Amino acid sequence: MDRIPILQLGKFLLVTIQIDLYDRLATNLESDLVQMVNKTEARGVLIDISALSIVDSFMGRILGNIGSMSKIMDAETVVVGMQPAVAITLIELGLELKGVHTALNVDKGMELLAQKIGLVDEELEEDEVGA
Amino acid sequence: MLNKDKMQIEKEQDVVPFRNRVKEYAVKIGMSLVNQTKLITAASELVRNMLKYANGGMVIIEVISQGRDSGIRLVFQDKGPGIKDISLAMKDGFTTGKSLGIGLPGTKRLVNEFDIKSEVGAGTTVSIIKWKNG
Amino acid sequence: MKPDIIKGLQKKKKQILEDWVNVQLADAGLREDLMSNEELREQSEELLNTLLKVLTDKNLADIQSSEFEPVHEILGGISISRARQGFSPRETGIYIFSLKDALLNSLQAELKDDPALLIEAINKVSKLMDNMGIVTFETFIKGREEVILRQTNEITEISTPVIRVWDGILALPIIGTLDSARTQVVMESLLQEIVASSSTIAILDISGVPAVDSLVAQHLIKTVAATRLMGAECIISGIRPEIAQTIVHLGIDLSNIVTKSSLASALKYSFSLLKMEVKKVQNVKAPQ
Repeated sequence: MDRIPILQLGKFLLVTIQIDLYDRLATNLESDLVQMVNKTEARGVLIDISALSIVDSFMGRILGNIGSMSKIMDAETVVVGMQPAVAITLIELGLELKGVHTALNVDKGMELLAQKIGLVDEELEEDEVGA
Repeated sequence: MLNKDKMQIEKEQDVVPFRNRVKEYAVKIGMSLVNQTKLITAASELVRNMLKYANGGMVIIEVISQGRDSGIRLVFQDKGPGIKDISLAMKDGFTTGKSLGIGLPGTKRLVNEFDIKSEVGAGTTVSIIKWKNG
Repeated sequence: MKPDIIKGLQKKKKQILEDWVNVQLADAGLREDLMSNEELREQSEELLNTLLKVLTDKNLADIQSSEFEPVHEILGGISISRARQGFSPRETGIYIFSLKDALLNSLQAELKDDPALLIEAINKVSKLMDNMGIVTFETFIKGREEVILRQTNEITEISTPVIRVWDGILALPIIGTLDSARTQVVMESLLQEIVASSSTIAILDISGVPAVDSLVAQHLIKTVAATRLMGAECIISGIRPEIAQTIVHLGIDLSNIVTKSSLASALKYSFSLLKMEVKKVQNVKAPQ
């Protein structure tokens, strides 16, 4: 498998990572996602890592990168489905997942995204009204 | 399955098979899921270091025992440039590459015993032990 | 030492066994409830046979000799099984020291005409038996420690219940000291339950934790961090005034963590986070 599939769900993109990413696959994913965010004008990205039993600093960096890149393209990123053993290990490792939100599953992830981007829209409306 | 194994790590694609082998050993001695995860994550960090800074190397995977407890020992040997100041590398927040700077101190927290020997120009050997009930 | 002595003991094996078993049976502390007299005789016979088989002139002078391995193995087995069955250390000790008595009695009978040799023999045999006594006690203690370990694990499991107090809200009342091992268990149970119940809020109630030092605080902080990483929130409740004092004095920074004094207030706060409220119901019609 050369590329990880990216699904579009309305204003959001969903990526399900089911295999361990190695270098080339990871960089492909980053660029594919950024392209898709741009093309679809997506406002949110969901990354489902429920199938990953190991998340090391390499993977952490990928997730962080995706978060930062999406943010630049005006999209929020939520990482969902982290396994308990992974969470415990990441805390011990001292790895911070910066620039991404987290949620228990895709449903809750979408709720969270809706909140995050809905808020921004509300603020914009207020500004316009006040202007 | 044996109690000892050696794996050559030369390229990125060798990482996953290596992780799987470590998992096999951990499962064989009945290590809990959380401890397995910690061990394999630590192994992943160290093997990536080896690839990144030394172009690869060798790893020895071994089942060991101490009294009633059993555990896994991993020894990472490379012939890379070596680390000039080990105490600096072991300090939290230290980074040389473009990594997140967690590297060695974080990895050390995941295992029970951690030993590192390095000689500039000759290579580095990192040895870790994770006990089944550690 | 003249070789006859060992041979003498070996010849008198039956007598020694009888002596030994009789002393044990005569002891007021005999535990017939735990072991039948038959079993006792069998156990004693096995040990004596192995001992006399292994014993030579040379190793009698060297009680640490590896040639005594088989004897130590049997001793170890007997000791551990007695520990598990509930024999007291004294009862297990009597087992060995009554054998010593039987052996010394036999030596006295054999060597009554040669006091110098008798003293030498008594010394060596005594040392040997004393060492065996020590081996017995060491294994006995190990056996007991296994029981303690097993019970500790069971207690740890029982005392960390995770309760679903509401849709999406979990509560963990922690009772007892929180050490590294326990924190692992708490963290794992909590996180697993969060996934299983899709709960977004976990309340850790520590009113039952007697003391909080920096290590315990670190454990709590890690638990909260792991919960957050997974996408849920963790509230700590039940912080007694003394603990609040200790935390500040120790310089522990809990500013990133929501803390409430009681489980009730934590629950109320959780409801507000989930945008729910609890209201008194107005006109309630009596059930028909």
